[in-house]
Amino acid sequence: MSTTEPTAAQRPVVLQLTDVHVRLSGSHILQGVDLTVRRGGVTALLGRNGAGKTTTVKSVLGLVPAAGTIELTDAAGRVHRLTGRRTHEVVRLGVGYAPEDREVFGGLTVAENLALAERRGSAHHPDRVYELFPELQQRSRQLAGTLSGGQQQMVAIGRLLLNDNQVLLVDEPTKGLAPLLVTEVAEVLARAAEEVTVLLVEQNLSVVRRMAIDAAVVDNGRVVWTGSASELLADADRTRELLGVATSAPLDESRSHSSSGAEGRTREDLPARRSRSAPAPEVGG
Amino acid sequence: MSTIVLLTVTGLGLAALYFLVASGLSLIFGLMGVLNFAHGAFLTVGAYGTWWAAGHLPGAGSTGWSFVLAVVFGVAVGTAVAALVELALIRPLYERHIEQVLVTVGLSLAMVALVRAIWGADARPFPRPEWAQRTTSLLGANVPNDRFLLIGTAVVVLVAVLVLLRSTRIGLVIRAGVENRTMVTALGIDVRKAFTLVFAVGGAFAALAGSLGGVYLGSISPGQGTSLLIFAFIVVVIGGMSSITGTAVAAVLVGLVQQYANYYAASGVGDLSVVLLLAVVLLTRPSGLSAKVA
Repeated sequence: MSTTEPTAAQRPVVLQLTDVHVRLSGSHILQGVDLTVRRGGVTALLGRNGAGKTTTVKSVLGLVPAAGTIELTDAAGRVHRLTGRRTHEVVRLGVGYAPEDREVFGGLTVAENLALAERRGSAHHPDRVYELFPELQQRSRQLAGTLSGGQQQMVAIGRLLLNDNQVLLVDEPTKGLAPLLVTEVAEVLARAAEEVTVLLVEQNLSVVRRMAIDAAVVDNGRVVWTGSASELLADADRTRELLGVATSAPLDESRSHSSSGAEGRTREDLPARRSRSAPAPEVGG
Repeated sequence: MSTIVLLTVTGLGLAALYFLVASGLSLIFGLMGVLNFAHGAFLTVGAYGTWWAAGHLPGAGSTGWSFVLAVVFGVAVGTAVAALVELALIRPLYERHIEQVLVTVGLSLAMVALVRAIWGADARPFPRPEWAQRTTSLLGANVPNDRFLLIGTAVVVLVAVLVLLRSTRIGLVIRAGVENRTMVTALGIDVRKAFTLVFAVGGAFAALAGSLGGVYLGSISPGQGTSLLIFAFIVVVIGGMSSITGTAVAAVLVGLVQQYANYYAASGVGDLSVVLLLAVVLLTRPSGLSAKVA
């Protein structure tokens, strides 16, 4: 990760949603979402509960029926229209997905969960996964249903990193995790984001603050704000107006999430902090 | 003593038939959420396919390897019909459960009517290999050999399915799909291929049950599949709806209870006691015997 951020305009588009509408059992959930995700780093998708963040992610994957245009531009510059494709076809184009509730297969072992995720047409990198999460290797024969929430999240993220992807869609990876694990998950995602674009749905603003380059705010089924993540979070009034939370310290207590409270840290700090045994000094209740 | 042995082996033979029908039903329900009321039709197709082949197919007959060939033909037809049903009727109705029930119920009625129109409503004598007509002495009881044929086949099928589910990629996809179909597709896997496979394999087992049921009963009739299907559904529910091992255990329970009750109480009490068994299991273990797929 470079220390000088490229400006948004310099980075090519990887995912483009144009006027995306989703109607589910009578309700108009997405009402014309326009969203641009640029290649490299993390784009945060923010918004209040029920604003349409998860539905936006699902519309990209074809998990909900969507009208409008969704296009993926791969590393070679080819544009693939995703709307109308079936979910497994979208995923095979290089769209990795970690859903909100992790959704690991509880009846399968850790090794089976990872083996299942090895995708046809992609190189597989089990070494990368086990290097990031040595714990998964020790627990490879354990049923995923018996893992803790944090360990299941490792499996869910491991599934993403197993294959080569154009973009990762990660939905609330720190939800319900203990503070130390929030830090760990954020670190791993930050490291992954060095190699692949991440669209991150996240309620924990301290995680957003330390990782995201761009941010988009969804409200009532529309994208109501886009721009630089640091710019958004620096503006307490705007953050309160858009997200209904105060970003002035202590920012992390404004949500039900456990938080790592990385006040004052920048994304650039993360790769230097690798130790998983030593608790990071800023971690606290 | 010899009565108990005979009842037990006969009950296990019946259990084998139930298992062959129920294992496919269970996998289809577990993976696709489809209650396949047309499953009995696959059984009928297998039975009539075998019967027809034994009489008409060159090389096929009612003894030794020629009978095996007739069974292979019946199973192949049953498999093909099942795969076609999945592709043509179930797939377009994916996730529309009411319509799926309607189409499978309709298909099962239509299939019975079709068979009746072609070969008549009367039972037809089924080719029985000579070995199956003899008996073997077991612990003082003269047990008809067809029981061993049924039990042996069911055990082979059980082992094969467990190996398929536990140690192949497609088995992994099926086990994961039973748990969470959507997430399987979100890993880039075309789960519909597994649907067709499970339907075809389930159809093959049902067709095999049709052939072996013909040997066991000595005759076949158009409505046979439907009556066996009711007990197969009971076995599936007792077994836990999507578990192969649970289905096997439940099949044995149902087969034995039915045989013992029919003999020691009165003929016909067996069917009633199976329904009682279902009620008891549902009251004590509402989700069935086993939740594990394999």
